[in-house]
Amino acid sequence: MIVGILALQGAFREHEEMLTRMGIPCLQVRLPRDLAKVDRLIMPGGESTTIGKLLVMYDLIEPIRQRVLAGMPIWGTCAGAILLSRKIIDGKADQPSLHLMDIESRRNAFGSQLDSFEADVTVAGLDAPFHTVFIRAPILENPQGACHTIATLPDGRVVAALQGHMLATSFHPELTLDDRIHRLFLSL
Amino acid sequence: MAIEKSTWTTKAGLAQMLKGGVIMDVIDVEQAKIAEDAGAVAVMALERVPADIRKQGGVARMSDPELIIRIKESVTIPVMAKARIGHFVEAQVLEALGIDYIDESEVLTPADNEFHIDKHRFKIPFVNGCKNLGEALRRITEGAAMLRTKGEAGTGDVVEAVRHARTVFGEIRRLQSMSEDELYSAAKNLQAPYELVKQVAQAGRLPVVNFAAGGIATPADAALMMQIGVDGVFVGSGIFKSGNPSVRAKAIVQATTHYQDAHIIAEVSKNLGEAMVGINISSLPQEQLLASRGW
Repeated sequence: MIVGILALQGAFREHEEMLTRMGIPCLQVRLPRDLAKVDRLIMPGGESTTIGKLLVMYDLIEPIRQRVLAGMPIWGTCAGAILLSRKIIDGKADQPSLHLMDIESRRNAFGSQLDSFEADVTVAGLDAPFHTVFIRAPILENPQGACHTIATLPDGRVVAALQGHMLATSFHPELTLDDRIHRLFLSL
Repeated sequence: MAIEKSTWTTKAGLAQMLKGGVIMDVIDVEQAKIAEDAGAVAVMALERVPADIRKQGGVARMSDPELIIRIKESVTIPVMAKARIGHFVEAQVLEALGIDYIDESEVLTPADNEFHIDKHRFKIPFVNGCKNLGEALRRITEGAAMLRTKGEAGTGDVVEAVRHARTVFGEIRRLQSMSEDELYSAAKNLQAPYELVKQVAQAGRLPVVNFAAGGIATPADAALMMQIGVDGVFVGSGIFKSGNPSVRAKAIVQATTHYQDAHIIAEVSKNLGEAMVGINISSLPQEQLLASRGW
């Protein structure tokens, strides 16, 4: 099994380092031909506007959608979660998305960089709280259908959601040394 | 549940999210929108690009807060702004504006000839310039959460950007080959804390993200810096001093992502119009070199 990491922009190296520590082979994905070689895909944090534009320019939107609809597991962290959602709130008008998960994402929901934070969050299915890092993070809103919440902040705001083989987290497990969410993704 | 804001992880983490991207200098809302549309990961809001600061001379200071706020309100991507070296009150003002990153920059006229800003005292993260590893490690010690090699801003000549990046990476490679006792001596020569020097020697890289800056004007320049090993690029005068900023900006974004793919770099380099005119750095008198500011 080879895990693809979308490497158009952002924190793809951190995901790669985590998977390498876990002994999982991975491959950077920049073009449709790379996508054909992988069995799963992680979309990292970064700037969702930049990654979205590059997805469109290099004709990756439909190939990724088709692979996921055919069963390929996918996980988006932060910007990657925004790109998975059916609707982007407070984004740029016409900002591209894969529209795969039945959830909405609100960009920069906590404010500017001064409101970036760390916190311990309970994630459904994990034995103990997960230390999360939120950086200019989105929140997830209004999950519907098969999409369900797996982590919230104490005020109830949704920060992780799961829909079959699709996972979205608005925080960054790749910035920690805790591989439990990576393992959760690999189990999908 | 305790929520901790402005931790080292969140400060350095934002720079990690910018990696593989292009940060563009913009002087107004219109340029900021062009930059965001072209795929910039962040914009640097300022009154004059370095090429004009160079041409017009005089004291270069922090930009008008009104301009910075207007730019911040016009885009969804992170906004950075420059404070003068050592001018911690300009930095306080920029932090109060709620922008995302401060560049303590040699492009502005230094406010202090001895001390840089004590960046640990701030909630907002800082990026600093460096010409060599010693300077890079001293800035990290002062609290910089991101670095950029200085290059020579406002020239459109990439030669100094290359020299500074090669110097930093070469010095890191030398540290990796050293024994523990040699590292003590290296720390002394680098004028940097031993623990940090040891960490760099073990990891084989800087503990924070390092972009290239100063003289990048073409997609090939950006890819050159990426292949040398930087994490992303700042483009200052190179975009909005060129014939067709929007097209050039998009091309530089693509070349930064696909920096290892010469076919893509060739494709995006076609028909970009005129590049910024540029100044050969070798023709500049020593006292006009901005990179020599900061120590």
